[in-house]
Amino acid sequence: MLELNNIHTSYGPVEALKGVSLKINQGEIVCLIGSNGAGKSTTLMTISGILKPRKGSISFMGDDIVKTPPHRIVEMGVSHVPEGRRIFPRLTVKENLEMGAYTRSSKLKVKSLKFKDQLDKVFELFPVLKEREKQMGGTLSGGEQQILAISRALMSEPKLLLLDEPSLGLAPIIVSKIFKAIKGINQDGVTILLVEQNAHAALNLSNRGYVLENGMIALHGMGEELLNNERVKKAYLGE
Amino acid sequence: MFVQQLINGLTVGGVYALIALGYTMVYGILELINFAHGEIYMLGAYLGIIFLGFFTAIGLTSYSLPLALILTFVLSIIFCSSYGFTIEKIAYKPLRNAPRLSPLISAIGVSIFLQNYVMLTQGATDKVFPHLFEEAGFEASSIRVTYIQLFIIAISAFLMLFLHLFITKTRMGKAMRAVAQDKVMASLVGINIDTVISVTFAIGSGLAAVAGLMVAIYYGLVNYSIGYIAGIKAFTAAVLGGIGSIPGAMFGGIFLGLVESLSAAYISSEYKDAYAFIILIIILLIKPSGLFGKSHDEKV
Repeated sequence: MLELNNIHTSYGPVEALKGVSLKINQGEIVCLIGSNGAGKSTTLMTISGILKPRKGSISFMGDDIVKTPPHRIVEMGVSHVPEGRRIFPRLTVKENLEMGAYTRSSKLKVKSLKFKDQLDKVFELFPVLKEREKQMGGTLSGGEQQILAISRALMSEPKLLLLDEPSLGLAPIIVSKIFKAIKGINQDGVTILLVEQNAHAALNLSNRGYVLENGMIALHGMGEELLNNERVKKAYLGE
Repeated sequence: MFVQQLINGLTVGGVYALIALGYTMVYGILELINFAHGEIYMLGAYLGIIFLGFFTAIGLTSYSLPLALILTFVLSIIFCSSYGFTIEKIAYKPLRNAPRLSPLISAIGVSIFLQNYVMLTQGATDKVFPHLFEEAGFEASSIRVTYIQLFIIAISAFLMLFLHLFITKTRMGKAMRAVAQDKVMASLVGINIDTVISVTFAIGSGLAAVAGLMVAIYYGLVNYSIGYIAGIKAFTAAVLGGIGSIPGAMFGGIFLGLVESLSAAYISSEYKDAYAFIILIIILLIKPSGLFGKSHDEKV
């Protein structure tokens, strides 16, 4: 479904990705783990077209998307929940969700029949959002913002969902809730690429995993394989 | 006397508000002070003279004055919006990732260019706007209100209401707010940033065109340099209300108009232009982000 081939991305003179190659098949949950500054977020930003790679190719469903502008990539079916959630703070919860459905709405109006269906689906998944519908996005708690960010990404009915550290800064009980929701979203047919520092939880959830170190893929394998790998245990699981 | 000045102030204030909206919308989205915005207002006034002159020459004005006026307004709006759209593409878009000072200097360059372009093509002397209406109006005791004043107040109010509904209710309006709050996230939900920026410039310029035309009708004289002082005043209004805030620009413009006409009447008209800036200094001392300005403590 998605294939990165020898991707090099730089911030000015600093090379953050030094030849990343990875592959995600339809229906999988794949996680990307690694320490701070390894290039996890950069990888996601490169996939969604915000950063342009200096070298390498990215193909999504058979199309090369390296030169595609970010808004077109969303239209193609890739949705990105960035690090820090990035809720629109002065739009209401409902308006945030409307913006999530931007590519699926008609030119003039945000609300269509399909929008209503999708909104109901999201409200069913996360009833707390319905309660907060008219509240400004910036007034939500961290956990609610994360839920809103994921829901906003789902509004465009993506084929591939990119999640950047959904557990960051949240209480353990909320983290397990969010991981459960991710599993549910995957079972509904959405392929997921999950970036996490919480390696244990992420590897448990995923079919496969990649370990990123200093801008390069250091290891990859099935979720369980990596959980039992000595190197991973030492560096990321703290055992 | 007081009511009279109130009406004079609302008339001028409505015009300031329309121009200030253009400043504040562009700032909200690009964090750029578009110093060429005053010139768009000036272009609107000149285009009005040109189109109205054309309609008079072909006899449309004597056939139906309202029709000629409506067409003049529509054409001026379309032309000024195209100017705004083109200026953004030529002078600002190539500098989108440059340091913040570069587009600012580019804006000053565009402003100087447009002034000289109009001076060379239209002449350096004042142009007289065709005299359309008698100084008609109505009087009650000592208050005199002209129909032109009522027309300006009504049009300004209508356009501000229209803009408010556009920003809060439509898909494009909401996308504009999203882009103003977080450009990267806006592209991640699939909003085309370039389109939103173009629409912002087109709308701001359209509002300035209306302001320019109305002032030309009101005062009857147009000059290539009128954009400068009007631009500075409207910019003041935008900062006063809190730059980036749309209600702020509306309030700031009207407030500035009222302060000017009331202080000219009750204190002294010699320093009419200075009062605006005195008020600005006082407000910025008390509340640096402007009256409606957003504070920067958002939850992360």
